[in-house]
Amino acid sequence: MLDLRGYGWMLWQGLELTILVGLGAMALALVLGLIGAWGKLSRARAGRWAAGTYTTVIRGVPELLLILLVYYGVPTLIQDIAEGAGYPFIIDINPFVAGVITIGFIYGAFATEVFRGAFLAVPRGQIEAARAHGMGRALTFRRIVMPQMWRFALPGLGNVWMVLIKATALISVIQLEELMRSADIAARATKLPFTFFFVASLFYLGITIVSMVVQRRAEVWANRGVRRA
Amino acid sequence: MDLAIVWESMPRLLEGAALTVEITVISVAIGLALAIPLAIMRLSPNPLLWMPVYGYILYFRGTPLLVQLFLVYYGSGQFRVFLDGIGLWVLFREAYFCAVLTLTLNTAAYTAEILRGAIQGVPRGDIEAARALGYSGTLLYRRIVLPKAFRLALPAYTNEVVFLLQATSLVSIITLLDLTGVARIIVARSFEPYKLYITAGLMYLAMTYFFLFLSRRLEHWLSAHMRERPASAAADRASR
Repeated sequence: MLDLRGYGWMLWQGLELTILVGLGAMALALVLGLIGAWGKLSRARAGRWAAGTYTTVIRGVPELLLILLVYYGVPTLIQDIAEGAGYPFIIDINPFVAGVITIGFIYGAFATEVFRGAFLAVPRGQIEAARAHGMGRALTFRRIVMPQMWRFALPGLGNVWMVLIKATALISVIQLEELMRSADIAARATKLPFTFFFVASLFYLGITIVSMVVQRRAEVWANRGVRRA
Repeated sequence: MDLAIVWESMPRLLEGAALTVEITVISVAIGLALAIPLAIMRLSPNPLLWMPVYGYILYFRGTPLLVQLFLVYYGSGQFRVFLDGIGLWVLFREAYFCAVLTLTLNTAAYTAEILRGAIQGVPRGDIEAARALGYSGTLLYRRIVLPKAFRLALPAYTNEVVFLLQATSLVSIITLLDLTGVARIIVARSFEPYKLYITAGLMYLAMTYFFLFLSRRLEHWLSAHMRERPASAAADRASR
């Protein structure tokens, strides 16, 4: 049943692209998550409002719709605005870039919540002690808060990664030849849809299982300084 | 900005939203009914019971919903002769059936995992007390374990329902005209992408937050015994 009719290489290439999109999107999500958490915890009302709107909107709108909006909607919107201003031009977004940006933007909202929780989990007394020693806010963040935040954030970030990598399957709708799209093309060409989608699903399952193992190791590593009861 | 296209398409978008809600409600209801026995089996000491359930949960939580959807909708075509033979092809031919089947199996896996955690969170003392009172088997689960587990599971389960509501947008890829599907068709004809996608997005937002509001009310109602008695009621009691 698992005769792939010479399309196996295509799935491997798709897998490679899926992992690349996933890693790029995760990097973007981490940056946006840190900025978002900073906004949510900031004393400035505008910061809290902007970060709050970001997480509220992302939580309430399906990923597929956001992908369609970014890939088809945003270029048209910019073109319409430019045309209105008298500078008509055509934008063409590369599907890879659109995929990384959209998925990264969506999961940045989830990373925001993770980082916010992790920041609040760092004992207040340690921050006060650092300030009493004369460390500034930036130095306190870098030396005291940040190293401990990673430990609290790791389980949450692991979950974000595992949901994110599965969400990359959605960008097959904008014709990027990642794993899902490759499987689709192979399935149509060979008329063996079950075979190819099943193999693709096992690839995703493999990514999930490897991620679970890596996450467990990373948690052990991050907690190495913590005494066990 | 000219929003005429949005008003013109509103009736069709609302029809799409109705299908979105319909698919969500059916999948959530059947998924929950399946998840309860699955969670109990998952916790069984018998490997013949827990191992298949563990594999099922791992597969459905470890692969993208889109792959599962294609596996059922397109993949079933590979077994057409067999399915025709046992009279099931009429079902698998329908995108609606495939969508509901996939979403149900998917949410059942996630819900079973949430319930498993919640059942394990029920304090041992409660179960010991119930056993001391002579409860066992089904009655123990029905009267003690499950009610408490449901209350513990509610916040996580609310999240799962919100995710499922949004996940239903994938059914538009297999030709169903849910809210996303209707928006995509109108965009393809009118070429006004951002107006329609933003409108559809706002409609999803409204549905999500309306549901979250309802679930918060439910949570409040279910935790009545854990809150302090309102001052007037306490005074009422004291004066009696």
